[in-house]
Amino acid sequence: MSAPSAPLLRIAGLQKLFPIRKGFFKRTVGHVRAVDGVSFHIDEGETLGLVGESGCGKTTTARCILRAIEPTSGEIFMRTADGAVVEIGALRPAGLRALRREMQMIFQDPYTSLNPRMTLLDLVGEPLLVHGMKSRSEREARVADLLRRVGLRAEYMRRFPHAFSGGERQRIGIARALALHPRLVVADEPVSALDVSVQAQILNLLLDLQADLRLTYLFVAHDLSVVRHISNRVAVMYVGRIVELAPTEELFSAPKHPYTAALLSAVPEPDPRAPRRRLMLEGEVANPASPPSGCYFHPRCPHAVDVCRVETPAWRELTPGRFVGCHRAEELKLAGVE
Amino acid sequence: MDARTLAERLAGPLLSVRNLKTYFHQDEGLVKAVDGVSFDVTPRATLAVVGESGCGKSVTARSILRIVDRPGRIEEGEILFRRRPANGMPGEIVDLANLDPNGPKMRAIRGAEIALIFQEPMSSFSPVHSVGNQIVEAILLHQEVSRGEARDKTIAVLRRVGVPSPEERMDQLAHQLSGGLRQRAMIAMALSCKPSLLIADEPTTALDVTTQMQILELMRQLQREDGMAIMLITHDLGVVAEMATEVAVMYLGRVVEQAPVDAIFHAPKHPYTRALLRSIPRIRTRTRERLTPIAGAVPHPYDRPRGCPFHPRCPEFKAGRCDQETPSLLPVAPRHAVSCVLYQ
Repeated sequence: MSAPSAPLLRIAGLQKLFPIRKGFFKRTVGHVRAVDGVSFHIDEGETLGLVGESGCGKTTTARCILRAIEPTSGEIFMRTADGAVVEIGALRPAGLRALRREMQMIFQDPYTSLNPRMTLLDLVGEPLLVHGMKSRSEREARVADLLRRVGLRAEYMRRFPHAFSGGERQRIGIARALALHPRLVVADEPVSALDVSVQAQILNLLLDLQADLRLTYLFVAHDLSVVRHISNRVAVMYVGRIVELAPTEELFSAPKHPYTAALLSAVPEPDPRAPRRRLMLEGEVANPASPPSGCYFHPRCPHAVDVCRVETPAWRELTPGRFVGCHRAEELKLAGVE
Repeated sequence: MDARTLAERLAGPLLSVRNLKTYFHQDEGLVKAVDGVSFDVTPRATLAVVGESGCGKSVTARSILRIVDRPGRIEEGEILFRRRPANGMPGEIVDLANLDPNGPKMRAIRGAEIALIFQEPMSSFSPVHSVGNQIVEAILLHQEVSRGEARDKTIAVLRRVGVPSPEERMDQLAHQLSGGLRQRAMIAMALSCKPSLLIADEPTTALDVTTQMQILELMRQLQREDGMAIMLITHDLGVVAEMATEVAVMYLGRVVEQAPVDAIFHAPKHPYTRALLRSIPRIRTRTRERLTPIAGAVPHPYDRPRGCPFHPRCPEFKAGRCDQETPSLLPVAPRHAVSCVLYQ
């Protein structure tokens, strides 16, 4: 990896609350705290993995960044191609539209995210048309180039998506995302719907494209093994908050938050001789509509003490680049995986 | 074939599937979903059936339970199952493939002696009946007990699978339970009649890792206590390593390799098994390590390759052999069988 440059994206105190409405007048009786004060940055050219269990708010975070949904509060700064830093929340529609060229998304399910009535030329060429490439021959040349880049043959451009396998469809989705030369690509579980033998192809493709095109990835996933294969740094979310953020190697080999350690120990390893180091978590993920007091993880945490039940742990930098939100991060010795 | 010779052939296994073929006759063409599958399930052991989408692992399970949806049909083969001993007599051996799917014998076996848990507990419970009532129904169907006794048994089995305050939970509807609790309730229903074989079709695929760990541990514990055999269908090699004693690897409707779990992971023979193990992301790895994928994709079921079904993707492909001959599953070591021309 080249030396990290200035952040491409910086998020501060991002919050997204979904109102819970009840009764005839649809009064708001509470909020689901889907994303509850999330802060991080992504350097240009790196991959930040965002992991957590279902309902932890990782997808909502990703969608807020793209302004696919409006965040409740918080700031999102993006450095544009000409070096200016803009606050995405403050942009007017025209400015947002221009900025959207630079941020694209890859979706989880390649079966439902491609319109079955459009050919590959239309699917991949649509963003080009929307952003002003009116000449058909120019578009065809660009689509052919994009298809080759993602490992498909250019002759396929007159075909419809149903003729392709899951892995090939995911390649089509990637080509579409790359059409406008984005700098930030948000990939939401891009390989979890694919067969295992095909996952590896797509992960390798993403690594190659990043190196060739100097892309920056926000990689949202639940599978820690996949995240380790692609991320430079990893953020772990639990009930709307990031509990730990660290360089990948450090996070896996020496986790600082008990939830990270529990997640790591829960991954079944494809080796019957692997030592079984079970860290069984009691209970279930807290409800983001009525989270517990103090640290949201305390009811399940084997290391919880009195302070964890009352006080929200401060989000702090332990060593340069290692952030954690746990009262006992300094004293705990937690097991990771080498 | 009289029962005696059958019994001799089935001295060890609880379930013996022999050359099973389940085809789907569709307007677009014939899909050979299961095409000559053979394997044994030993009492008290766990056989993992592993493979990618379209390999026929779920259709195999549905064939055993005789719940294959139309237009699917068992064309050929035997599914020999040793029934539970009754009235002091040793368990009768039946060929499930020959039974009427809706006849009394199959209905007495299905749910009672062979139970099934599905991937998606949300769609396998009725949304309008309480979870407890559905388990009560299953008990009443297979056991001669009163409704009150069945209710007590339901509470006991729910408690056993770790559902907290089962007296209240049993009156809730499926959607009122979390994913993990729903899967526990599903397991409770499957175990309510003490089956000798539990077929678990991707039981943890829809769950988060921390919940998955709890459910896998629960299944292991229940197996230790009840001594049932488990046929575990999964695509996750991590789950296989964790749970299985024996493994059958399937590809496009055929078993390509079967062996004890340690041999599958540490001495795999079939090129597909080896390639699969190389391609999976692992948690113990160097960060941002490139993976070794398998080229291409699983072929569409309408155009199955000739010869060995894996040959178009195989790194060891030998022209003139692999695309012509269909290899059969032959032993290469004790309890280790491979279907590949390299070992014929």
